[in-house]
Amino acid sequence: MGRYLGRKLLIYALTFILAVSIDWMIPRFMPGDPIQNMLTRVTGAQTAASSQALYSYYSHLFGMDVPLWQQYLNFWDSLIHGNLGISMWLFPTPVSQVIKNAVPFDIALLVPSILLSWYAGNKFGAFAARSKWLDNTVSPLGYLLTATPYMWLGILLAWLFGTVWRIFPIAGAYSFLMLPNLSLSFIGSLLLHWFLPFASLFLVGFGGQAIGMRNLIIYELEADYANYLEALGAPRKLIRDYAFRNAILPQVTGLALSLGVIVAGALVTEVVFSYPGIGYLLLNAIQNSDYFLIQGCFLFIIIGVLLANFVIDVAYVIIDPRTRRGMTGGTA
Amino acid sequence: MNSPKRTNEFLYFALKNKKVLLGVSIILFFLVLAFIGPLINHNKPLDYVDFAGAQPPSAKYWFGTTFFGQDVFSQLVHGLQATFLVGLLGGGIGSLIGMLIGFVAGYRGGMVDEILNAFTNIVLVIPTLAVLLIIATYLQVRSVVTESLFIGFTAWPWAARAIRAQTFSLCTRDFVDLSRMTGMKSLKIITTDIAPNMMSYLVMTFILQFGGAILIAATLDFIGLGPMGTISLGLMMQYSVLWGALQLGSWWWFIPPGLAITIIVGALYGMNVGLDEVFNPKLREL
Repeated sequence: MGRYLGRKLLIYALTFILAVSIDWMIPRFMPGDPIQNMLTRVTGAQTAASSQALYSYYSHLFGMDVPLWQQYLNFWDSLIHGNLGISMWLFPTPVSQVIKNAVPFDIALLVPSILLSWYAGNKFGAFAARSKWLDNTVSPLGYLLTATPYMWLGILLAWLFGTVWRIFPIAGAYSFLMLPNLSLSFIGSLLLHWFLPFASLFLVGFGGQAIGMRNLIIYELEADYANYLEALGAPRKLIRDYAFRNAILPQVTGLALSLGVIVAGALVTEVVFSYPGIGYLLLNAIQNSDYFLIQGCFLFIIIGVLLANFVIDVAYVIIDPRTRRGMTGGTA
Repeated sequence: MNSPKRTNEFLYFALKNKKVLLGVSIILFFLVLAFIGPLINHNKPLDYVDFAGAQPPSAKYWFGTTFFGQDVFSQLVHGLQATFLVGLLGGGIGSLIGMLIGFVAGYRGGMVDEILNAFTNIVLVIPTLAVLLIIATYLQVRSVVTESLFIGFTAWPWAARAIRAQTFSLCTRDFVDLSRMTGMKSLKIITTDIAPNMMSYLVMTFILQFGGAILIAATLDFIGLGPMGTISLGLMMQYSVLWGALQLGSWWWFIPPGLAITIIVGALYGMNVGLDEVFNPKLREL
């Protein structure tokens, strides 16, 4: 078990280093001068003197006035101290603060939608594999749901429930008339605004999980142990339960692999609903050429996905006794 | 293995499979639409053809107009072209890199495999979109082609892993050993012995990469890092949301692009399921 998790941690550490290096490298080695580019985009026309001053200010801010290797070390140093620069869009708030304010909304969206869609999708997929009729209706629906771009499902839900039927609000995380407080009406407003983005994330995830489980169950039911049990006259429910347990392992690995896609989906869903999470930040950062904020969001997404991957690994060790005894290294 | 008779046999079963047929027809329909569309509708996608604001579909504008008076149908057909280009290029490059790494790692084994596998696992965990985001941010000029290239360069890991596993299982077969004994070059063994025996798998990998590239491109476009000075389905959705199509109820602006992507990618997935039934399933149970 220690070896398994240790190997995983090593991979994650390498991944993190690679990601930070990419973050450092791209502004520096991309064709063109990012600082000049930033100046023209941020401020437009200006006098030569002020432009010169700004240029040196920015190159100092980027730390570009020292040798490359030192820039790289400095980059890590400021990163470790949680210094991600200052947001241009929300000047003069530090990027780390901006992100910190957005994170709770991301967690509120992602954690329930991932867990619930995984649970419900698996249950439903296993259930659908049972009958021909269910399978013929559920499978196409599931494939269609996974093929749906996240933002489009969000747009559809927002349009139907927000504009046409006027059941749910479609912008923000709480009513614009309220200030955050702990009253019941505020919490109610939070929930109302949370529901649609959650639902669209849930639905796409649900489709994918249900299909995955359905395919795995059908595969498991053809395995020797299932045939043997059947020959012994074991009740169908018992065989199904064993198949479910075996099928759940690849589904855990699959969840870890699809995290990147889910997070990307959450980003665009937040854009649709103007939900003030990282995705909403990103859109504004991009529109305002707020490079530090974009880089901060990038790092945050990477760290979040790596952490979630590690949590899933630990869960894997808990549910698969073979990894605990070091019999297999796990496939992922 | 790859004799014409065998190919015909696949074709025969593929054409009898409803899922494959349906999928292929849908893709062909959109492909034709993408290339015939500009011929029957001469409005340029980004031109302001009508100044009366967002208009619902009519005889003059089949899919209505945007808030700025652009022709939605024209945007859709041009966006479809971009979508197919991204799928073909991005999915193609992703599959090629995945094949290259998968074949080499699986065939060579040992140290080469360890390194390539570790690299694959590392890239696999990095959220693709995050990397594309940071690259696109610093690109001075973004076009559909550069977008596809970068998507291809980041989308290969799962393909590489799957192909590596397949190659592993094929490598121990007698006919591969035989070729090795006769002194055949590795590249030749891979192209004549290994690749043809997992052709079905490679085709399906490409189809999935194709669909994946389309979805990633739509996401990237939607968040504001799409190609510049042109139109795509993702950009259509972004503009519609940013310019209040939701609040104004201009459904004709945001329904077509998303629906097109959903149907195309759904058709690809359906085709894959169908092909899975057509191709010899024995290979996959190894």
